[in-house]
Amino acid sequence: MLKPGKSKRNISTEQNVTGAIRYFLPAFVLIILLLIWFLITYLNLFPAYALPSPGSVWKSFQEEIRAGRLVNDIIASLWRVAVGFVISVILGIPAGLWLGQHLHARQAFVPMLNFFRFLSPLAWIPFAILWFHIGDKPAVFLIFMASFFPLALATMAAVATIPSIYFRVAQDYNYKGVELLTKVTFPAVLPEIITALRVSYGIAWVVIVAAEMVGCQDGLGYGIWEARNGLRLDSAVCYMIIIGLLGMGIDRLLAQLTKLPNVRWGYER
Amino acid sequence: MYVGVMKDKRSASRLILENVSHNYGSVSVLHEMNIKVNPGEVVVLVGPSGCGKTTILNILSGYIKPTSGSVIREGIIRTVYQQDGLFPWLTVSENISLGLRSVKDSSIHKNEMTELIQLIHLEGFESHFPHQLSGGMRQRVELARVLAGDSDILLMDEPFSALDYQTRIRMRLELVRLLEKRPRTVVFVTHDIEEAAQLADRVLVLSNRPATVSRELKIDAPRPRGLTDHAVIQAMKEILTELGL
Repeated sequence: MLKPGKSKRNISTEQNVTGAIRYFLPAFVLIILLLIWFLITYLNLFPAYALPSPGSVWKSFQEEIRAGRLVNDIIASLWRVAVGFVISVILGIPAGLWLGQHLHARQAFVPMLNFFRFLSPLAWIPFAILWFHIGDKPAVFLIFMASFFPLALATMAAVATIPSIYFRVAQDYNYKGVELLTKVTFPAVLPEIITALRVSYGIAWVVIVAAEMVGCQDGLGYGIWEARNGLRLDSAVCYMIIIGLLGMGIDRLLAQLTKLPNVRWGYER
Repeated sequence: MYVGVMKDKRSASRLILENVSHNYGSVSVLHEMNIKVNPGEVVVLVGPSGCGKTTILNILSGYIKPTSGSVIREGIIRTVYQQDGLFPWLTVSENISLGLRSVKDSSIHKNEMTELIQLIHLEGFESHFPHQLSGGMRQRVELARVLAGDSDILLMDEPFSALDYQTRIRMRLELVRLLEKRPRTVVFVTHDIEEAAQLADRVLVLSNRPATVSRELKIDAPRPRGLTDHAVIQAMKEILTELGL
């Protein structure tokens, strides 16, 4: 009578152990890195102004929170990235769908799109300032320029490689026009679009630091810029940690999209 | 069963190729091909690989237009593909629903769906996605989809050739059983001689490129036919001789 219960408990402890290891291993690496960082600063291998100690970063973190600046900067940056990225998605995915379906349009536009993709969005900084002056707009513009081209190109490539069999089946069952686009073409590329969203979001988030160095009075990028001007590297490190963590967090959120049942096929073959 | 809309599938369909020739560039694939498929008949095209079997199906389905000659098609035509013909983003029942798109009444739609799922013995798998099924189960879903609703003519492009040998034999019997319940006109392309002998009312043996019908063989024995039935063995012998094997 006891045996089944016992074996069940064994299985669940086993799962708990593997689950715990999953969290323990990265935590272990983190602790080792923090320890090395602490030792380097403790032994004064670098001057304190060139490498802030963990303690001073922690202190500046508390300061920024208390002053309310950090929260304000986080909201400002998230807002700009969200607006720029959403505009990219709204324009980039339909553009990619259209290009993917029209060979001549592809031939006409792809060289131009590639050209802009390889042009660093930072090159647009002078234009961003001249065209949009100060405030959120130049940063939003730069984030848009950074994420639009990879998103459109990835969607296009996905559409162009949809197996022709799906379109033949669609023809058998009378899918045409808009219905063909929304019921066949779009779901066929959705898994790849989700991957493209994650990649281009990553680019957009990386660009925020540079984008906010111009024309902004707040934001995480501005925070780093200001820390540099005041030679407060402890504050800069504090902002760097926040940028990294937020980027990871939002990517985890986007990764949740891959768990939708009607896109699982794209990741499981 | 929705008797109200059910028409006589056998007489509603017509499928004729007249003097059809087709070239890909300078390569002549079909030459003056004449095929007449009678309503309700199961015609199997057998031929060496690369002889243009799939081209014939593509012309029959209207997917490509022949270089010359005329094609007469009457009735709703659907194709079963070798594999991956199901939409992977739709569940089993959603995929079968494609075949019921013309059925607007939701209660008829629901009854048809239940019946089709029972017919292919996939009760309980309605909300599974294709990648969660075995190859044989996927092809059964494809069969249910083409048999759903008001289809008249089924084109089959080596539908079982991606399956393992035993599943393939089982699927042949499955097809015979399904056609018994829901008769359709069938054009079946295969390189598998056993399959031809077990399924066909009429076997058309094709020659090398450019393809022409080199031999026509009627098989009158009733279906289902066992793999070792006299009529099947006899037919296989004749097909093999014709192919020079």
